[in-house]
Amino acid sequence: MRVTVIGAGVAGLCVARELRARGAEVAVMGAAPGPEACSWWAGGMLAPDCEGESAEEPVVRLGREAADWWQAQGVRVHRRGTLVVSPQRDAAALARFARRSGGHREVDVAEIEPALPQRRGLFFAGEAHLAPREALAVLAAGAEFTRRAEGRVIDCRGLSARDALPDLRGVRGETVLIRCPDVAISRPVRLLHPRMPLYLVPRGEGVYLLGATSVESDGRGPPTVRAVLELLSAAFALHPALAEAEVLELGADARPAFADNLPRVRRVGEVLHVNGLYRHGFLLAPAMARLVADHLLLGIEPEVME
Amino acid sequence: MAVFYGEELGSALMLGTAGYPSPAVLARAFRVSGAGVATVSLRREAGGGQDFWALVQDLGVRLLPNTAGCHGVREAVTTAQMAREVFGTDWIKLEVIGHADTLQPDVFGLVEAARILSAEGFRVFPYCTEDLIVCERLLEAGCEVLMPWGAPIGSGMGLNNPFGLRALRAAFPGVPLVVDAGIGLPSHAAAAMEMGYDAVLVNSAVARAGDPAAMAGAMAGAVRAGRAAWLADPMERTDMAVASTPVLGRAFL
Repeated sequence: MRVTVIGAGVAGLCVARELRARGAEVAVMGAAPGPEACSWWAGGMLAPDCEGESAEEPVVRLGREAADWWQAQGVRVHRRGTLVVSPQRDAAALARFARRSGGHREVDVAEIEPALPQRRGLFFAGEAHLAPREALAVLAAGAEFTRRAEGRVIDCRGLSARDALPDLRGVRGETVLIRCPDVAISRPVRLLHPRMPLYLVPRGEGVYLLGATSVESDGRGPPTVRAVLELLSAAFALHPALAEAEVLELGADARPAFADNLPRVRRVGEVLHVNGLYRHGFLLAPAMARLVADHLLLGIEPEVME
Repeated sequence: MAVFYGEELGSALMLGTAGYPSPAVLARAFRVSGAGVATVSLRREAGGGQDFWALVQDLGVRLLPNTAGCHGVREAVTTAQMAREVFGTDWIKLEVIGHADTLQPDVFGLVEAARILSAEGFRVFPYCTEDLIVCERLLEAGCEVLMPWGAPIGSGMGLNNPFGLRALRAAFPGVPLVVDAGIGLPSHAAAAMEMGYDAVLVNSAVARAGDPAAMAGAMAGAVRAGRAAWLADPMERTDMAVASTPVLGRAFL
């Protein structure tokens, strides 16, 4: 079978990789991954259980496939779990998070991440993370690119596909990349701050990604002062020594989402759309790719198909 | 039912639209609760929030745009003017925040902004404290509704000063009053309605619940119960027991 995948973000590249691995002849239409794709700016957390605190059940279940899939593609997957902490004065937030998620145990933070000043935390031992740009590069290196659509067309253009998917909306996210070799944190940490929730993902060599705001907007312009202030203030609340970090990069983009924030496979005419991965691109793209391949090659109706 | 600026609402529950897990959950909360008003913020989304605004407009309820997050008179007035353009309504929930930690309103700036906006034809719903004098000034400035806080925004602490809220109800019997901010539980909402308040505005208590739609339904039930209790003219409190059946003349068994 000959397939053209439009869009070289995380969704498109995963679909292309999966189809190709299963025997289809696949080409990708679109620029090699770069700042134009919102996956370029992603955190890269493979944290289905943590996401379960606010996301619906399919995100947790489908997300469990992600870490193994990425590893099988030769991408470095760091299986070090996720640590969730709250500021001292907001211990109730930790209890609430524990109630609304699974796959965790309560820990002394000192045993998991000795650098952090918080005392109690939740440890999600089964979770993992990766470096998105590294992962996109691995997939792009194994993909064949084309300028012409041939055969079955799978549209993975994200927010740009609004011309065909009018119910798709943008949810803006902003990030800050910092370097702080003085603070050694080896796994993603989430700070449950009532006003400024934050995650920090280690990128190695003292580099950390701080994310991410979530604003109902499709604006893709540079980060606002307020967003950066909030992220950096929250980082300071996580560890005061992060105040000495160097700011390497500010990021902002809009994620594609449907009204329920769940992904979809949708047929529009002859084109199959894979979209709406929201803030779960790296977490859900492997499962979406499998569902699409099952559909095209085996005729199995995907559960996320309308 | 309460009448706000000449408009009668079908429900005494006003729901905020921020912080839900998804727009689909938000829509479910409105369906389940039958809330009569949706408040919506303009500020952070400026420039790209059209998709979300369209979703909120699709809820099919009366929209009450707010000036959430504004810290000065100028800023609040400008945001209100933008909101009128975007949402096509002259209703505005006026917030002028005075204190970063408590998000307490700057009541001086609030009165000033209310005067400017009322003169421009806005129907102002001022987010205020339960201070009688401030409320009097807001009415003088042209407001025909008052929205005193129950407790700091998002705190879920309920009605921090029931005495003050009751005094406000007694002082302004003809003015529609709405408890805004601080409601964390249906019992808080019911308590406000039992005092004779005309409506309550709830956002975080619903949006941050594990099941927002179920909590929205619970709030709607509480608001109905509280309103019915107020209309039923509740009994007075006494500090001694008053038996409901006679204690004299019981039969010896």
